[in-house]
Amino acid sequence: MAHTQELRTLIARELPNLDLVLAWTGGFDPLSSTPLFITTEADLDRLAVGPMHVQNLAAYLPSLKGRKVGIVTRGCDSRTITELLQENLINRDEVVIFGIGCTGAVNIRKVRTAVNGAPVTDVEIGDDVLTVTTGEETHALRLQDVLMDKCYTCAGQAPRMHDHMVSERSGCLATGETPPSSLDLLEGMDARERFAFWEGHMDRCIRCYACRNACPLCVCKDSCVAQSRDPHWVDQSDTPREKLMFQAIHALHTAGRCTECGECERACPMGIPILAMKQALNRRIKHLFDYEAGMDQESTPPLFMFRQQEETIKERDAR
Amino acid sequence: MPVLEGKELRIVGFLCNWCSYGGADTAGVGRFAQPTDLRIIKLPCTGRVNPLFVVRAFLNGADGVLVSGCHPGDCHYTAGNFYARRRLEILRELLDVMGIQQERFHYTWVSASEGQKWKQVVSDFTARIHDLGPAAAFSGCPAVPIDMDETGIKAAG
Ligand code: SF4
Ligand code: SF4
Repeated sequence: MAHTQELRTLIARELPNLDLVLAWTGGFDPLSSTPLFITTEADLDRLAVGPMHVQNLAAYLPSLKGRKVGIVTRGCDSRTITELLQENLINRDEVVIFGIGCTGAVNIRKVRTAVNGAPVTDVEIGDDVLTVTTGEETHALRLQDVLMDKCYTCAGQAPRMHDHMVSERSGCLATGETPPSSLDLLEGMDARERFAFWEGHMDRCIRCYACRNACPLCVCKDSCVAQSRDPHWVDQSDTPREKLMFQAIHALHTAGRCTECGECERACPMGIPILAMKQALNRRIKHLFDYEAGMDQESTPPLFMFRQQEETIKERDAR
Repeated sequence: MPVLEGKELRIVGFLCNWCSYGGADTAGVGRFAQPTDLRIIKLPCTGRVNPLFVVRAFLNGADGVLVSGCHPGDCHYTAGNFYARRRLEILRELLDVMGIQQERFHYTWVSASEGQKWKQVVSDFTARIHDLGPAAAFSGCPAVPIDMDETGIKAAG
């Protein structure tokens, strides 16, 4: 609470110089949160931060280019900001970063699954336990078990750059072994099982494109190749083939740029594990080019460049 | 006439105009016998090969996809194949996680004078795809038949 108060004070001081500040507030039930667009001091009362406030607010920055914007930023969000800066999609002098030390972000879907989708009436965050009340029942969940994928491989809880910093919060909710991810699951399958895995999941996809719209690096808006080219890249038939094609577009268009912020998978209303594709590409990119997106503002994303001699790429035989 | 016995499989080849398409021509002029499963699509450069071309080919029912261009350093546009090499290398991983065996995809470099090498690449790759057999297909949606009238594309010649 003291941290939230400190953040309010910091924002209030800068607010006169800013068009708006991006932050979080509570959502429609105690489990959910929603972005808060602060333009006046009165809005600050609704501001809330913590493990339940999970959106990657940097996704709004490219569309606000040209305006002076403040943003509340965790470690992982700052990687998105770095990537956007690398690609000249935003200007550093138009963004004021309010850094917070993150302790971990809760994967709301895991929590809802754990309580069997029952309406949640209260949520309490303890040191390592999340107590969720659904009417008469209370469920005690280990926070370590219900974090977002990215928290288990977090590259730093504090943002990599900031203009204002809330005093360091200590602790990390990821306290044990990393639970198996969807990519680990796919790893254990052979090709045909993987293909069937995606066919099954894509069959459930409702093609809402929330995954694309939530992605901070999908900046093409109405010019997305999925909808704007002739002949069309994906046709309108409701088949796993077209929907998987769309996922391939998303994965390849963010290859070497994706910071694994997890927004695509978080935003998916059908709970489709689409982050796995991007994790697979990132792992390969790390191996081949020793590169991780959003870590260094001066570096060039690996697919925007080449080396004449690629040490790590071997020529293969057609046999 | 197919050199390999049995049914032909669907193999799509994306070739650059300057080197590999010339190489395939050289192989033809030299009358080197080759398997006939490969369907060639000519592009200006391997730098024009959007990795999504390859994904689209597989999802529409290809059993194998081959990309071939100028040797690194010999690109007609200087650097197209250098970019392509990185993209296609990443594409291998995407195919793998999607459940399309990496072996079904191959990229290589063949110059316009290497008719013999072209024949070898086509023969080896076709044999490999025949070993793997037909690719996995979506159970609910079979391979896409192409209605040429609908595409608006006119046949050459
Ligand atoms: S592809 Fe997904 S994980 Fe990657 S940057 Fe976009 S939303 Fe984040
Ligand atoms: S968010 Fe989920 S359901 Fe919507 S298009 Fe993306 S994968 Fe499909």
